[in-house]
Amino acid sequence: MGNKQTIFTDEQLDAYQDCTFFTRKEILRLHGRYHELAPHLVPMDYTNDPDCKLPLALIVNMPELKENPFRNRIVESFSEDGMGNLSFNEFVDMFSVLSETASRELKAIYAFKIYDFNVDNYLCKEDLEKTLNRLTKEELTPEEVELVCQKSIEEADLDGDNKLSFADFENMITRAPDFLSTFHIRI
Amino acid sequence: MPRDSLITSENDIDIGLEFAGDEDEVSSFQEEHERERHRAKRRDGDREKKKRRKGRRRRASRAGEREDELQARHEKREAGRRKRAKNYQESEGRERDEEEQAQIKTGKTAKTKKNIKNEKTRKVEQEEGEAEERNAKGKKKHGSAKKEEKDEDGGKCAAKEKTQEVKKKKHKRVVETSSEQETSEEDVNEEEDSEEKELRPESLSPEELEKLKEAVDERKKLIQGLRGKPWSMKKKLVTLRESQEFVEKYEGALGKGKGRKLYAYKVMMAKKWMKFQRDFENFKTACIPWEMKIKEIESHFGSSVASYFIFLRWMYGINMILFGLTFGLVMVPEALMGRPYGSIPRKTVPRAEEASAMDFAVLWDFGGYAQYSVLFYGYYNNQRAIGWLKFRMPLSYFLVGVGTVAYSYMVVIRTMARNANESGVGDDNSFNFSWKTFTSWDYLIGNPETADNKFASITTSFKEAILEEQESRKDDNIHLTRFLRVLANFLVLCCLAGSGYLIYFVVRRSQKFALDGLDTHTWWERNEVNMVMSLLGMFCPMLFDVISALENYHPRVALQWQLGRIFALFLGNLYTFIIALMDEINLKREEEKIVKFNITTWEASLYNSTVSENSTGPPITIQPADVPRGPCWETMVGQEFVRLIISDTMTTYITLLIGDFLRAVLVRFLNYCWCWDLEAGFPSYSEFDVSGNVLGLIFNQGMIWMGAFYAPCLPALNVLRLHVSMYLQCWAVMCCNVPQERVFKASGSNNFYMAMLLVILFLSTLPAIYTIVTIPPSFDCGPFSGKKRMFDVIQETLESDFPAWFSKVFSSASNPGLVLPFILLMVLAIYYLQSTSKSYKEANVELKKKLQTQNEENKKKNKRAALKAQMDLEEARKAASQTAEQQKNNNASLQDQEADEEENHSSSQRLYHGKNRRNPPAPVREQGLPATRAPVPRNYHHGNHGAPGYLPGFPRQSEPRMHRVPSLQRH
Repeated sequence: MGNKQTIFTDEQLDAYQDCTFFTRKEILRLHGRYHELAPHLVPMDYTNDPDCKLPLALIVNMPELKENPFRNRIVESFSEDGMGNLSFNEFVDMFSVLSETASRELKAIYAFKIYDFNVDNYLCKEDLEKTLNRLTKEELTPEEVELVCQKSIEEADLDGDNKLSFADFENMITRAPDFLSTFHIRI
Repeated sequence: MPRDSLITSENDIDIGLEFAGDEDEVSSFQEEHERERHRAKRRDGDREKKKRRKGRRRRASRAGEREDELQARHEKREAGRRKRAKNYQESEGRERDEEEQAQIKTGKTAKTKKNIKNEKTRKVEQEEGEAEERNAKGKKKHGSAKKEEKDEDGGKCAAKEKTQEVKKKKHKRVVETSSEQETSEEDVNEEEDSEEKELRPESLSPEELEKLKEAVDERKKLIQGLRGKPWSMKKKLVTLRESQEFVEKYEGALGKGKGRKLYAYKVMMAKKWMKFQRDFENFKTACIPWEMKIKEIESHFGSSVASYFIFLRWMYGINMILFGLTFGLVMVPEALMGRPYGSIPRKTVPRAEEASAMDFAVLWDFGGYAQYSVLFYGYYNNQRAIGWLKFRMPLSYFLVGVGTVAYSYMVVIRTMARNANESGVGDDNSFNFSWKTFTSWDYLIGNPETADNKFASITTSFKEAILEEQESRKDDNIHLTRFLRVLANFLVLCCLAGSGYLIYFVVRRSQKFALDGLDTHTWWERNEVNMVMSLLGMFCPMLFDVISALENYHPRVALQWQLGRIFALFLGNLYTFIIALMDEINLKREEEKIVKFNITTWEASLYNSTVSENSTGPPITIQPADVPRGPCWETMVGQEFVRLIISDTMTTYITLLIGDFLRAVLVRFLNYCWCWDLEAGFPSYSEFDVSGNVLGLIFNQGMIWMGAFYAPCLPALNVLRLHVSMYLQCWAVMCCNVPQERVFKASGSNNFYMAMLLVILFLSTLPAIYTIVTIPPSFDCGPFSGKKRMFDVIQETLESDFPAWFSKVFSSASNPGLVLPFILLMVLAIYYLQSTSKSYKEANVELKKKLQTQNEENKKKNKRAALKAQMDLEEARKAASQTAEQQKNNNASLQDQEADEEENHSSSQRLYHGKNRRNPPAPVREQGLPATRAPVPRNYHHGNHGAPGYLPGFPRQSEPRMHRVPSLQRH
């Protein structure tokens, strides 16, 4: 097209469009953003799949994520190594899941991953406490936190194991009226 | 079965790793290791071959490099049996095996398993490749024969390979033969199929073709749904490429045979269509305006403020279409093809107004030249068909008026239905706390101030919820609150009544002024109505806000009350305005009668004079400007609405500039030299009032709908206004507003606004329809002049433009005998649908109840089960401690033994295969867990290293758990 420089081949762009909820322009913009984060690290030419990853600290500083109390978890749960280093593929993947058009199910899967702080595939009390403390900047008293955690688990736990499995979480989150509108980031 | 096999393979890894760790100690198996290494080398060689075959894969080359590294490492360590571990490293990087192990332990099995699967696939492919190479000159058979042969080949190579590999192959067979599998396994399956059929697609039997077709279709489906899969991008890309290659290859094969050209053509068209769709999609998203602006606002102020701008954009879209309709089908045809300005009286400025017709003040009031132009109803001629196109102007005018309303209804209702679909699920209150925990953060927020507000509001909402939960909220003085609430409502009612009366009074007064003639009055007196309405709209909400402080409601409830009151105020004002307008219309019609009478006498006198003076001379041409004419109430109504819109717009903009911008400037700069902190204290910066702005927009739209029939320029004006609003408000919000302290969520109120819009639409179409249906059009202006009613134009068209039978059919269809039963039928249908929906709702509630009780029962059951499991666990622990003691006694020897057993087992298998190369298939199939293997230590290893969270006493129970997450993730 009218690009000064080929960042992706047409096939790559098509592949990305098949795999994500983005249009061609948005993918190019995403690359721009990714490049912007570390201009000296990220090449402008992605036609031969360069292997480059950006560390968590850089990505978390994007204005879209900077204020998010779960920013570290978001980045970590989308990175392949779980440490928060994102390649461009994972970067695109992240914003694709967080985009407006992604399905509720897909979002629920990743939301679960994000809130699962200790990566044990369950949301246990510990995870909930961390979530709450981040949501309220630790302004609730420990008793209140305790109460809220207990209540949340009681509400959503279907199999009585005192922690939320993904099934419990999905069951709860798919009925939430605000989930779709709040769990998205416009890039 | 495949699950079992997966678990076993995992056990293998654990054992492998375990052994690798112990290997340094165990030196007596050097020989074995040497042999193993040779084999491994050979295998790597095979892999190289394979790599060459799949040369286009870029990844392979990287893998190759890694392989070399690994090879070196391999030899250094003499860890021939760590093949599995190595496979890991191949995909995950070589330094990570410890981590991987940890991951397996912590239960992150899904991912690992996937890797294993991938590895397995690759290996099987590889083996098959080998088999094919060996078999290249040999004849190929189809179906089971071929499979068997391959089994044999597999046996052959397996005899030389390690046992584990054979086992894996066996697993693969199991996977292949079982029909119902998970998707990824199906992929594997298909891949294998492809490998088999790769050679001669044209010699396939019809069933196989059918199968292949299915496989291709499945692949296509996979490609379509790929973006919704929760896989990592890398995996998605690889799957995509593989699937595309697969489809490419076999679609060609399917298209080759006779009679399949159609298929090939269809496929090609589908591809083209896909491409077109994608391009169109790209184009469409590129056309959505203000995306970045809204994004910026969203990140500063959260989703609620952004929702206003999205609503504004949506309105803009609707108005664009309305504008297109009126502009394209009414204004442009009349301007281009109708009779030009000055040709007939209705298209000319009358002589009395000519002098001031070009004055700005007059034009600003939409009088003078503006009044006699395409902008207003009165300019249009009642000529049935205009121009060389024979454009039916009056008909078009009428249909556009109806179409505008119909389109608006359609859009609003459709949007409402969609919104209801999206958010209609969550109405029950059963997940109060969990929803608060998991969905209250707005991921869009990207501004520290907003984030702080959001934190605060979330905290308060939690505290409130806790208070409610504890039910310790005590009403200190219920009587006082009640009294205050009643008082507040009374005050609000007074305000509403007062504003209504004020408007009525002002409109009446303006009529008196109008009768006197406008020139004698001041600017204020001329614009009194609009100004009063705008000022009321500006100050009354503030008053309501003050009054509502008395009531002490929960903020959400208070907001709804506030919205309701503003709505009532606007509505009241609008309707008083309309009633006053009706009065005026009646006055004009009286005036019209007089004018009509005067005109006949004037014409008669004119005629008489011409006849008497010079009967033979040319008839006197009367300037159209001199012809006396009626007051044309339609244009008057249109003008009123246009003026209202203009003054409304002006008030909005001026309030924005003074209330927001000036205030912000003052606060910002006076703060340096003021006694108290202006920014934090009294005036501070203004907040963006979402609800008020939305309401303003809705009412503005209502006025457009009401007036559009009499002033075709209204949609155009509104488009302009919205366009300017978009930029001005975006700018104002970014530069002089602060984020709201109470950040409300937008989604819940989305349909609330839509419902308001619908109500307004209905209320605003009512008067318009009433005037169209009941009041006869003016006799000398507008497209319907000379008719008894405006809708007569339809009948006229039917009679003259359609064949006779059509009008006959129409008239017979419209007689009451047919219409009444039809209406009855419709009512019945509505009733039926409503009752069914009610019963569905009841069933839904019933089911929900059932589900809840079921859940509770389940909870109880599970608790019991958990208790039992705990007891069992304790027992098992006891037993384990006993065995552990036993084990301690012969620990070293056991380990050696174990290793020995493993080795023996593999070599014995090798031996076995080497001897029985002729008839291997049966043993290969049955080879699951050979008897030589000691089952007890395996279990222990599983228990200790595989998944520590699972109870050793319940190895079976733990398996579904491990699979639960991935299987859920897949749908």
